[in-house]
Amino acid sequence: MMDILSPAGPQAAHIRELWHVTVLLCTLVFAGVLSVLAYVLWKRPRAGEADTPDLAARGAPEAGPRRRVSAAVAASVLGLLFLIVASVVTDRALAHLSLKDALHVEVTANQWWWEARYDDPQASRVFTTANELHIPVGRPVIFTLRSNDVIHSLWVPQLAGKKDLIPGRTATLHVRADQAGSYRGQCAEFCGFQHAFMAFTVVAKPPAEYEAWAEHQRQPAAESGDARAVRGRELFLGTSCVMCHAVQGTSASARRGPDLTHLASRETLAAGTLPNKPDALKQWIRNPQQFKPGVNMPATNLPDSDLDALVAWLGSLQ
Amino acid sequence: MNEKLPSIDAGKLPSYAFGPRGILWWGTLWMMAIEGTVFALAIGSYFYLYVHAPRWPLNAPPPDLLWGTLNTVVLLASLWPNRWLQKAATAQDLPGVRRSMVVLFVFTAAFLVLRAFEFAHLNVRWDLDAYGSVVWLLLGLHTTHLVTEAYDTWVVGALAYTGPFEGRRFVDAAEDADYWYFVVLTWLPIYGVIYWAPRGGG
Amino acid sequence: MSNGPEQLQPPAPPRPPGNSVPATANESAALERTWRDPPGLYGFFAAINHKTISKRFMLATFGFFLAGGLIALLMRLQLARPLNGMVGPDLYNQLFSMHGTTMMFLFAVPVMQAVAVYLVPLMVGAKTVAFPRMNAYAYWVFLFGGLMLYGAFLLNIGPDAGWFSYPPLAGPEYGPGKRVDFWAQMITFTELSALLEAIVIITTVFKMRAPGMTLNRIPLFVWALLVTQFMVLFAMPAVMLGSTGLIMDRLIGTHFYNPAQNGDVLLWQHLFWFFGHPEVYLIFVPGLGFLSAIIPTFARRPMFGYTAMVLALISTGFLSFGLWVHHMFATNLPELGKSFFTAVSMLIAIPSAVQIFCWLATLGTGRLNFRTPLLFVLAFFFILVLGGLTGLMLASVPLDLQVHDTYFVVAHLHYVLIGGAVFPLVGAVYYWYPKFTGRMMDERLGRWQFWLFFIGFNVTFFPMHLLGMWGMPRRIYTYTQEMGWTSLNLLATVGAAVIGASVLLFIVNLWRSRTHGAPAPADPWGGGTLEWAIASPPPAGNFDAIPVVYGRDPVWEAHERDRSAPAGVSGLAVDAREQLITTVLDARPDHRYVFPEPSIWPFLAAVATTVLFIASIFTPWAVVWGAVPVATAVTIWFWPRRGETARHLSLEQSP
Repeated sequence: MMDILSPAGPQAAHIRELWHVTVLLCTLVFAGVLSVLAYVLWKRPRAGEADTPDLAARGAPEAGPRRRVSAAVAASVLGLLFLIVASVVTDRALAHLSLKDALHVEVTANQWWWEARYDDPQASRVFTTANELHIPVGRPVIFTLRSNDVIHSLWVPQLAGKKDLIPGRTATLHVRADQAGSYRGQCAEFCGFQHAFMAFTVVAKPPAEYEAWAEHQRQPAAESGDARAVRGRELFLGTSCVMCHAVQGTSASARRGPDLTHLASRETLAAGTLPNKPDALKQWIRNPQQFKPGVNMPATNLPDSDLDALVAWLGSLQ
Repeated sequence: MNEKLPSIDAGKLPSYAFGPRGILWWGTLWMMAIEGTVFALAIGSYFYLYVHAPRWPLNAPPPDLLWGTLNTVVLLASLWPNRWLQKAATAQDLPGVRRSMVVLFVFTAAFLVLRAFEFAHLNVRWDLDAYGSVVWLLLGLHTTHLVTEAYDTWVVGALAYTGPFEGRRFVDAAEDADYWYFVVLTWLPIYGVIYWAPRGGG
Repeated sequence: MSNGPEQLQPPAPPRPPGNSVPATANESAALERTWRDPPGLYGFFAAINHKTISKRFMLATFGFFLAGGLIALLMRLQLARPLNGMVGPDLYNQLFSMHGTTMMFLFAVPVMQAVAVYLVPLMVGAKTVAFPRMNAYAYWVFLFGGLMLYGAFLLNIGPDAGWFSYPPLAGPEYGPGKRVDFWAQMITFTELSALLEAIVIITTVFKMRAPGMTLNRIPLFVWALLVTQFMVLFAMPAVMLGSTGLIMDRLIGTHFYNPAQNGDVLLWQHLFWFFGHPEVYLIFVPGLGFLSAIIPTFARRPMFGYTAMVLALISTGFLSFGLWVHHMFATNLPELGKSFFTAVSMLIAIPSAVQIFCWLATLGTGRLNFRTPLLFVLAFFFILVLGGLTGLMLASVPLDLQVHDTYFVVAHLHYVLIGGAVFPLVGAVYYWYPKFTGRMMDERLGRWQFWLFFIGFNVTFFPMHLLGMWGMPRRIYTYTQEMGWTSLNLLATVGAAVIGASVLLFIVNLWRSRTHGAPAPADPWGGGTLEWAIASPPPAGNFDAIPVVYGRDPVWEAHERDRSAPAGVSGLAVDAREQLITTVLDARPDHRYVFPEPSIWPFLAAVATTVLFIASIFTPWAVVWGAVPVATAVTIWFWPRRGETARHLSLEQSP
């Protein structure tokens, strides 16, 4: 669920605190204004269009209304100053997230999927995945945000506010998950046909489990002995798939589409659009336009048995 | 109901007026406000792109100083016959209006020709990079004003010769002169930006 | 005059006497003949009477409002269920782009100018607007621009990159075809129209007020529209410049917004929002004007705190130019800069609060007449105030970063725009319809419409706050069941249908009242400003004799005038469109001026302009050859006619 009021980390938690304070103040103000209006509408005498207007009011000092209006304006100013201060305080709290021992992840947005490159001082430990970002609980993550095409926005409400990924610019987002769990995110800047289906998941795990996952992601594609899978691998390397997709450990190294090296380890397909199950994968490969009309991946016109082989191989890519 | 009430007799008032007394002056003023804002925002955009660029100009030499500076001199010089026009118009001196219009006509031809040379010597195409684009934008915006001002002058000038004429037409001529000031004065910062900003140690 | 010009001047007939105060029956009839529109088909295209133009303008904006509303209903139908197959992503992207573009550019801002064009001359005591032919031209340009956009939409080449059209999605690489070009050019049409209208309205207020209408006697409605027009002058150029850059990027290969060649994507956003934030105040501030016109009438007293109200309007207009970055909080602009915009975005609430408290004080010390106009105005206090409070939430960077680009913002913007402008506008229609048409609208239908609209509005838009808080982004054509957004979306769609029903009632009421409404006297509501001093509908020249004003509510104060003080202006021609020009601050009579006669050239110039604008979507050279018919039409428009000059000469008196 993508509820901003269910934070799983300090950034979203700070924002929720500010939210509660602000909503409380605004509700009181709203109730106040409506009460005054209701009182006035109830209490004031009625008149018709022929009733003489009260012109004496023009020169009158009207001290009572003057005092009340001034008091209301003064109270409003104080309330607004309070909100400004509260906002600045929250801003500072957000900026003061400790970045000690941070994990560095470079996210590049594309129409309509997310590439995530886990950075490391040692080049051999760098790996790339897509659409599903695992992070360790309790450790800060510095997301570096770029876009390959149009403006997108990274938003995982349970962890933090959003940040735009703007072509030609590099942005950063600092996040920390303090509870283990799967947190859904979705692109939050209109980016074309499939903006509606450009989701991603942030999976926060205890550090040891995270390390295990990361180590696994660094490995090249699993070799499968299964005959159908082998045939599927041949097909993959022999058709248009390799024009866009990379699988480490094979000759496929294109980056126009998501890296598929560990596709089978992900929960969903197509940026959160479909469950990662064989029949869904098969339908997707056969005709992506059926699920995400306008998507850049073309249809793959292969006979059924070939598709099954492909799916078998992809399903072995744990 | 034949009884007349006390009234203000407007019949004694003039039927046209110069400067801020008249509505044409105000209409011209708001037009200047709009166009001045466009110029200010365009110059702002120029410097926005400038501060975001690694070097300036990006990939081309700066525009040749000759034609722009020459045109600036011509435009500044035109302020004298323009002042002549304004004074003649306000004094409702038709021969004075006609003569100053002839001189201004020569100036319009001169600055339009020189403007063409300026474009040819910008040393960059509009589609090369953001620098080229914004330089052409600035010069192009000002040129639309030069063209409309020139046309306005030709039309009002022609009218001074052909008629039908009346006192109000002097107000048209005076407003043409006001607008001419605007076109020349707004050129100065734009000239500075186009020709000198890329030389200012960008 | 020196020698020479005599042969240029046509022979002038002798000068006829001007009007008396009050005007005689003959003078009245002559004035009616002088100021009315010419008859027939030619007259339709040559008409320049400000009331005629205004009514057409209001009708056109209302037509666009209905179109935009129908589009919204389609959007709501699509979103009523998860994975609904009614509308695919391509059409949906066009639908929301058209909805936003229509409401913002073709309805909300122009309708306010249209209403101003009708009422401002009446309220300041003028017979006409300052530049009637330019006013007509502005209307035609607007109409043709809107029709062009809808033509493109109906041909399935409507814009699909949102009403805000961000590059690179709206740029040449990711927005192929002509779709965004039609959007960008529609901007050119509508901003040209709006800018010209602003010049017309400002000059009318400055120079054509009735004698005695000093600055502090100008009706608050007129102040609100005046402030709005100044905002138009300084805000519209930004979107004009930005959209010119966009169309150039798309058509001739410039690189304003192309980061690969050192352009900047955010340059668009700065230019667009520098316009875009004042734009919403262009819609909101006239709404404030409606409240200040209606509340005193139905509280039977002058507005409390006039000076504070004027200062509040001016400071709102001013401050609105300092907020624009709050639309860009999610970008990587420097954080310190963003905090400045948080502060200003919060502080702009202060002048609005001043106005709200002054209205409450006026109602609280008045005697209340609960007619339909007041009902719609009272809705403001619920809906706008709620929207303003969510606006304070959005002003805070941390809060905004959670709900930006979600349905929370959709809720906010509809609460402020519909609560702050549309409800007051509907109230204003009920209020001034009798003046425009001479008929009263039906009160009962009005109440039904009010409650349906109020309830339908809240049922539609309140749930959207929650949808945003639960993660639903904007501009998505569908969603899945697991998201948990289904029931609130269905509820919102039901609410939209109720709003639709209320709009139907409105149309029925507007239509039927034309023939079945009770005949309206000059002043059906007991109002105090000058429009209520003349017949409903007004004569062609508004005032047979321009009044002299001694206070803020001249109709209420009429009986207080000293018997020997002038009651009106005499001596203006009845056979020519002569109007009094007064001084800016104190409205002292300065000179008289003969205004232009009806002309078909504004219409023809607008046609030529349309050809130039549309052709230049397809080829840049159209700017050059298209300028020739425009220049020709404008020259003939301006060029004096011998007959008209002769008539002017008969009235001429040099300053």
